[in-house]
Parts: sequence; structure tokens; C-alpha cells
Amino acid sequence: MDNQIVLKKSLFRSDAVQRLLAFGALILLFIVFSIASPNFFQFDNIVGILLATAVNGILALGVTFVIITAGIDLSIGTVMTLSAVMTGVFITFWHLPVPLGILGGLATGAIAGLINGSIIAKMKVPPFIATLGMLYIAKGLALVFSGLKPIYFNDTPEFNNMAMSSVLGAVIPGFDVPNAVLIMFGAAIVAGLILTKTVLGRYTFALGSNEEATRLSGVDVDRWKIAVYTLGGLFSGLAGVVIAARLNSAQPSLGQGYELDAIAAAVIGGTSLSGGEGTILGTVIGAFIISTLSNGLRILSVPQEWQTVVTGTIVILAVYLDIVRRQQQ
Amino acid sequence: MKTNKLFFAIVALLLVAIVVGCASPTAAPTTAPAQPAATTAPASSAGAKPYIPVISKGFQHQFWQAVKLGAQNAAKDLNVDITFEGPESESQVDKQIEMLQTALDKKPAAICFAALDSKAAIPLLQKAKAANIPIVGFDSGVDSDIPVTTAATDNVAAAAYAADKMATLIGDKGEVAVIVHDQTSRTGIDRRDGFINQMKSKHPNVTVVDLQYGAGDQLKSTDIAKAVIQAHPNLKGYFGANEGSIIGVLNAVKELKKEGQLVVIGYDSGQQQLDAIRSGVEAGAITQDPIGIGYKCVDSAVKAIKGQTLPKTIDTGFHWFDKTNIDDPTISALLYK
Repeated sequence: MDNQIVLKKSLFRSDAVQRLLAFGALILLFIVFSIASPNFFQFDNIVGILLATAVNGILALGVTFVIITAGIDLSIGTVMTLSAVMTGVFITFWHLPVPLGILGGLATGAIAGLINGSIIAKMKVPPFIATLGMLYIAKGLALVFSGLKPIYFNDTPEFNNMAMSSVLGAVIPGFDVPNAVLIMFGAAIVAGLILTKTVLGRYTFALGSNEEATRLSGVDVDRWKIAVYTLGGLFSGLAGVVIAARLNSAQPSLGQGYELDAIAAAVIGGTSLSGGEGTILGTVIGAFIISTLSNGLRILSVPQEWQTVVTGTIVILAVYLDIVRRQQQ
Repeated sequence: MKTNKLFFAIVALLLVAIVVGCASPTAAPTTAPAQPAATTAPASSAGAKPYIPVISKGFQHQFWQAVKLGAQNAAKDLNVDITFEGPESESQVDKQIEMLQTALDKKPAAICFAALDSKAAIPLLQKAKAANIPIVGFDSGVDSDIPVTTAATDNVAAAAYAADKMATLIGDKGEVAVIVHDQTSRTGIDRRDGFINQMKSKHPNVTVVDLQYGAGDQLKSTDIAKAVIQAHPNLKGYFGANEGSIIGVLNAVKELKKEGQLVVIGYDSGQQQLDAIRSGVEAGAITQDPIGIGYKCVDSAVKAIKGQTLPKTIDTGFHWFDKTNIDDPTISALLYK
């Protein structure tokens, strides 16, 4: 009896539990939707879900780092748009080689993140306000640089191919998973390594657990904070490149609202908004839960109003489970 | 010390901004940062020319840019001054009301107004009426008898025409799906109902199996259309009710390699849609006459200022275009890239 309680407690204490819960929820969703509709568990539809996760997943990776430091980044959606537009400016307007244009798009995101981090760390503006400001700045600049028009990549089909052709399909015939999906998984692996294996990752957790203690132990807190926001911006830049490649165009008017989906993915995946806790695997699963849910409900032709209601319920439920878990500890 | 200096510098900057802002009472709207300066000529410098503010439902979409072009052409032809502004997204009813308020404060000769939410605007419209400022509705119009006229596309008729075309192209039976930009705006409702009701009443063997809303967001519409095509393997046709929606359908068809297997019918234009129609992936589309809408609303405003009576509505028309007539001068003049 005692043993059982101890076992239960240690299980709940484990960080893996939230991930297991989330993963279990994802599996459950797959089972339910597969039973409900024969059209759900089809190769093409699974690829559709993977692809629908790509952009939100990459955004969520970046914001996970920021949230673990007990910060927030509201600008990721429009910084993504700005990065997409700048990629278009570099490739289509300036005729730079595609790889350079992509680097330019990534750099745009990183610079926006660097500015966010500097405003937060050096000017002591709260992250919510600083990144809210950046949300508007990036949105406005995206409209300015694009001239209010979508920028198309019709002269450079290799850019669209980069995201939408399938390296996997070339290796394994018939297994046509678009590269955009691989890019997301690649980014997730890199993010996971940074978070768990590097100094930056350790300080990300330290900042979120106890910033004052971290500062007192001689760590240059400001510098690492700037680094975290820059990294978050870099992921937004990557999301910008991927969305531009997938749509074969940089669309200057979308992007706002994407930050909330990304934050929801991180939170569903067990990242704590009060900082100090979170995993990349959890975030990836969180992103998949969101896209699987909306895909499945669409397949079942559930009216869209209700799809939105269900997503909201899931977010609250996920955080509630997290709180229950903490109380058990 | 250092932070103090910075603080004072910021305060000083803000003060300068406030002073400058107050000195020019007709400062350009902050939500329209990319408007060319020429179109936002302040009322005070207008001299004898009548001033007509045009308040649209947006400014960043191609469609509104085309409306703006039409309005500018009319302003040139009729020797009036206009400004053109609109909120960033079609959900920002409050921002649009502010714009209308500011426009009223400038005591214009007339106002052209495309309401996001007719009812929300009524108190201000009554104020305009009391001040003898004629209101001309355009695009979706205003649900009220205050506007002297409304220059708009008959979206119900246009979407019904799209339904007829769809039925003909799929052999008058089978499953079709619809994706609309939103469920609350006038154009969204009219195009949805126009299409669906026409199918129900005139083409009983065609069933609309799915209806979704993608907010006109290209990425969201793509993922929605993909899921819907997956869910309905027998789907024969897809109707997208605005540019963002139909681009989503086109992306989905391309990603699922179903080019040519679905009859795709769209709305408005834009580079991607025009390319798809030329290549045959999209069967055709309905185009409104955005330049005509812009032109006719300013033209009507000028007539109203002169005291002429106007018809209650001015139908600015719609046209079906496909591969065969896309390069006709009458059609291509209406299309934007």
C-alpha cells in the first residue's frame, strides 16, 4: 500500500507525466477520429496534419524558450510575417540567390528577437509590453516593405520546392512527406539539444526558476535573456521562411493570432507560464494536438464555431491537469 | 543617472510628438502608414475643392487598393479632394467608427462609407444627417435609410451565378464544398447564401456537403480545404468566396495533386488565382468591379453635394471570367494582381 503511494507520487513528480498525458491525449484523438471517419487515418490526411503543424510548431519551439524564462513573446506571429516578407524582398525584388534570401529571412527574425530581448533586459520594459510593441512594429513594417501586396516566388520555383517537395519520398517511394515537416522536426531536435545540453538551455531554466538567485550567483542575466529572445526570434524567422515557401508567396496581412496558437501549443505541452518548466517534446505534442483536433473536427464537418470552442476547452483542461499534478507533488 | 537621462529624452520626444500632432489637426491616420501622401490631402489645404473622406473596410488587400484607385480617378475627373482610409482587418469595427468620427469632425462636403457593422455606425450617421452631410454607402452598404445611395456588387446574384456555373461544369449532380471568409460580414453571408440557396432551389441533385470559414487567411484556408477534400473523396467541386479562401483551395488541390479532378470556382482576382485560371486548375471566377465601386461612390457623393437625386442602389455589376475571356480588355481592366 505504502509502496503504491510512493510509486504514484514519484510517477506524478516525474516531468514525463505531463508529456505522457499529452501524448496519451494525442493518441486518444487519433483513435476517436479514426473510428468516427474512414477518411481520417489516411496517409494523405496524416501528411496534411503534419504540414498543418509545421508553421505553428516552429513558432511554438521558439516561444517555449521564452516562456520557460517566465517571459512571453507576443510578437512571434507578425515577426514571422515580417521575415516572410523580407525573404520575398531579398529573393523576388533584389534577385538574391535563394539560400541568401532564406538567411536574410532568418536574420530578420533574429534581429527582431534581439531588439525584444534588449528592450526587456536593458530598458526593463515588461516582456508583455515590449513584445506587444514589436507585434505592431513588425506588422506595420511587413505592410510597408511589401507595398501592401503579396510577394510571389514565381521566378524561383526551387524556393517552393524546398518546403513542398519530398526528400523522404525520393528515398522511400510513396512516402511523400513534404520537407516542411522535416524542417519542423529538425528544428525541434536542435531546440531540444539547446534546451537540455547547452549552457543557454541551463540558464533558460535558471532565469525562469529564480532570476534573482541566478543574478546573485554571478550570471550575466541580461545577456542570457537577450540570447533567449534572439533565439525565439530566429525560430519565428524560420517559420516565416517555411510559410512563404509553402504558400509560394509572402502574405503581408496574415500572422496576427498565430502567437496565441503557438503559446497554446507550448502550454498544452506542459510549459508553465510561471516559468522554469517545459520541454520541447511536450511543445511538439501540444502543436500536434491542436492541428489534429482541428483537422479531425473538420473531417467530421463540425461547424467551425464549435471547433474554436473545443480548442479553448482543451487549453483550459491541459493547464488544469498541470495544476492537479503540482498539487499531488 | 544614465536611466534618468534616457527617461528625460523619451519624455522630451513625446512632448515634441504631441505638439507636432496638435499643430496639424488633420494628421494622416495612424492605421494607414503606407498611404501615399498625395491621397491624404488635409481638408484645410483643400481651398475651394469639396472634401470627401472615403472610409473603406480595409486598405491592405488588393481589392481595396483597386477601390481606392477608382475613387482617386473620380476625384481627379470631378475636381474634388478625397482621403482613403480603412481599418487593418474586417473585424475592427471600433477602429472604423473612430475613423468615421474623425471624418465628421473635419466637416466634409460628403462621406463615402463602407460599413463593417451598419448598426454600430448609426448614431454617427444620424449626426451626419443632422449636419446635412450626405452619406454614400459602398461595397457592402449600410443597413439604414440615411445613405443617399449605395454603390455595391449584388453579391447574392453573383454567388448564385457561380453556383449555376459550378452545376453546369460538374454535370448538375454530385458533391461540392464551400469555403467562405467569415460568417458575420455582409459579403460573407451574401455569397454563402447566394451560392447555397441557388444550389438548393435550382440544382437539387447537387449537394453542398461542407461549409467552412477560413478568415480569408491563405494558410488556414489551405489546411481547411485539404481536410475537407480528404473527408469527401467524391467531391466534384469547390467554391471559394473570396481571394484568400480560393487561394487556400488552390494550394490544397496542388498539394494533394488533384489538379484537374475538381472544378474550382473562385471570387475576385490576384496573381495566384489568375495564374490558376490560365493554367486550367481553376475553372473560373466571379470578379466584382472594384475600380467601378470606388469611382461610382465618389461620383454619387459629388452628385449628392449638388443636390441631385440618386437611385437607392447603384449596382456596380459583376462578371464571370475564365480562360477564354481573361485577356479581354473589358475583363482585364477589372482584375488586379
